[in-house]
Amino acid sequence: MAAIQVVRSEWTKIRSVASTVWTLSLAVVVTIALGMLISALSKNEFDKMSRSDQLSFDPTFISFAGMSLGQLAMIVFGVLVVSNEYSTGMIRTSLAAVPQRATFLVSKIAVATGLSLVVGLATSFVAFFLGQAMLGSHKASIGDTGVLRAVIGGGLYMTLIAMFSMGVAAMLRSPMLSLGILMPFFFLVSNILGNVSATKKIGRYLPDQAGSKIMQVVTPVDDSTPYGPWGGLGIMTLWVVAALAGGYVLLKKRDA
Amino acid sequence: MIEAVGLTKRYGDKTAVYNLSFQVRPGAVTGFLGPNGSGKSTTMRMILGLDNPTTGQVTIGGYPYRKLPNAPRQVGALLDAKAVHGGRHARNHLLCLAQLSGIPARRVDEVLGVVGLQDVAKKRSKGFSLGMGQRLGIAAALLGDPQVLLFDEPVNGLDPEGILWVRNLMKALAAEGRTVFVSSHLMSEMALTADHLIVIGRGQLLADMSIKDFISANSADFARVRTPDTEPQLREKLSSALTEAGGHVLPEQDGGLRVTGLPLPRISDIAHDTDVRLWELSPHQASLEEAYMRMTQGAVDYRSTIDQKAGLQQPMPPGAQPPMPVPGQGQPGWYAPPPPQQGGQPFAPPVPQGQPVQPMQPPASPYGAPAGPGAGAPNPYAAQAPAAPPAAPAAPASDLTKPEDAR
Repeated sequence: MAAIQVVRSEWTKIRSVASTVWTLSLAVVVTIALGMLISALSKNEFDKMSRSDQLSFDPTFISFAGMSLGQLAMIVFGVLVVSNEYSTGMIRTSLAAVPQRATFLVSKIAVATGLSLVVGLATSFVAFFLGQAMLGSHKASIGDTGVLRAVIGGGLYMTLIAMFSMGVAAMLRSPMLSLGILMPFFFLVSNILGNVSATKKIGRYLPDQAGSKIMQVVTPVDDSTPYGPWGGLGIMTLWVVAALAGGYVLLKKRDA
Repeated sequence: MIEAVGLTKRYGDKTAVYNLSFQVRPGAVTGFLGPNGSGKSTTMRMILGLDNPTTGQVTIGGYPYRKLPNAPRQVGALLDAKAVHGGRHARNHLLCLAQLSGIPARRVDEVLGVVGLQDVAKKRSKGFSLGMGQRLGIAAALLGDPQVLLFDEPVNGLDPEGILWVRNLMKALAAEGRTVFVSSHLMSEMALTADHLIVIGRGQLLADMSIKDFISANSADFARVRTPDTEPQLREKLSSALTEAGGHVLPEQDGGLRVTGLPLPRISDIAHDTDVRLWELSPHQASLEEAYMRMTQGAVDYRSTIDQKAGLQQPMPPGAQPPMPVPGQGQPGWYAPPPPQQGGQPFAPPVPQGQPVQPMQPPASPYGAPAGPGAGAPNPYAAQAPAAPPAAPAAPASDLTKPEDAR
């Protein structure tokens, strides 16, 4: 069976459910709106900041502040794309039609990833430009060193978050279980581990902590992170590969 | 052609299917029967490569399903009518399945028409009734115009028109030389649809034969004879005369007699010679349901018990009779007689007291199907004189001589 047929079928699947539109629009709106709000607030607060905070002021990173919430919608998207098959029982129909499970999983993830990438990049660019507009005189320009990398990186970050969720959902199958683990993890646990000094050294190797480094243009003054922006994205990619490989191995040997 | 060889599936320490070997041939509708939990769906899933057999293998046209080239064009299956994404509308559901095997979108509209869902093609399937879900599932199975079709309980939830349609569809598909493998619990429906039967119980093969052979191997045809209810001595007289002539006589709960081993004209002659009038002399062919019940009664995992209604019992109004237990509850004693060659004991000893005898309340058939002879159909000719209850209620089946609680 040609993989192209499976890809077309997965595209029909993904565009014909309402949850796709809802989760992706939520990701776009939340990321952009929250980014604009925090950018506007930061502009007003700038003069009251300490000297070191002013030195490490990163207008690009600030315009992506909405991503901490927006990524949750991307997680829901990634989880639902995969676990919908299981929660509805559609997986048996799908696998009866595509007995080659590798083709099935790769096509499904490719389609969802492609869609996330388009949405993620668009969101990242819009969030950047609108955020900079809010920052007024403190804004960064897209031509500045590292800024374009950070903006494209923001899109990649959102895509990788969605992919990681797909891998986890492929392993866990249940949407409730997957969301119940991923949402608190990315919203709370990762932040706590990354901000408490005792666990900081471990926390910064978590997928979101490492990956978000790509969106930084100005390095904080006392930063001791042992990897750069692309190194961080690489660490995140390793997490994604691990999650997807786990999902594939389980799908391959498990009874549907 | 579906071929299973030594198929075994274990889930942990529970064996769902054990050493199952069978062939499903093209050009016939093969029924797949078995009690709840006997492994039918597990077997179907293994045929479709969804579950991996623990040992053994099952092939379609010589290939294991996962190796089958362009599987959706060769095999169509309905496993679970509700296994669709409820938020997706019917046409898109079929479209994404069609695209998998390069089937044009035109074909989607065709099969929607075939199953009668064209008017709801753009409706989300979560609003579908079970019957509409079945139609959608059948449409999905027909999409690729496959040579091998599997249906798990296809008539579940369908209206009578739909049941008739499915029956004719199966027969038509088989007549075109396709392999059709159908599981169902509706015996009357199976009797009309299937040519061949595969029966499993507790995951093991119980029978693999044509439906006609299955019925005659598991249940005997018999004659029902009824003497005037007003004169019980005539019944005794005829019983002994028929037994003397080499027939097997089995009293029925409602006062009739079941006679095997004698042709109808001979029974009439004997009655005439012994000067016994007859109110009824009718031939009865055992139904598939009876034959199936006999075969699987030892392999039923989930059997209903009598509802004691502890603490819920209303005080009985004066003069009311206690309700009669539903047949089949806790006491599988109402099946058709065993075939004589199986060493059946036609003269089962009378069941001891305590079993309620209510001649005018014949037990209804458990599936609401037309009551077969085993279920003791009400006799219209006996309606006027219910006076004399039969001497002893019958325990027709051979192995019912044991007390009930022994099973």
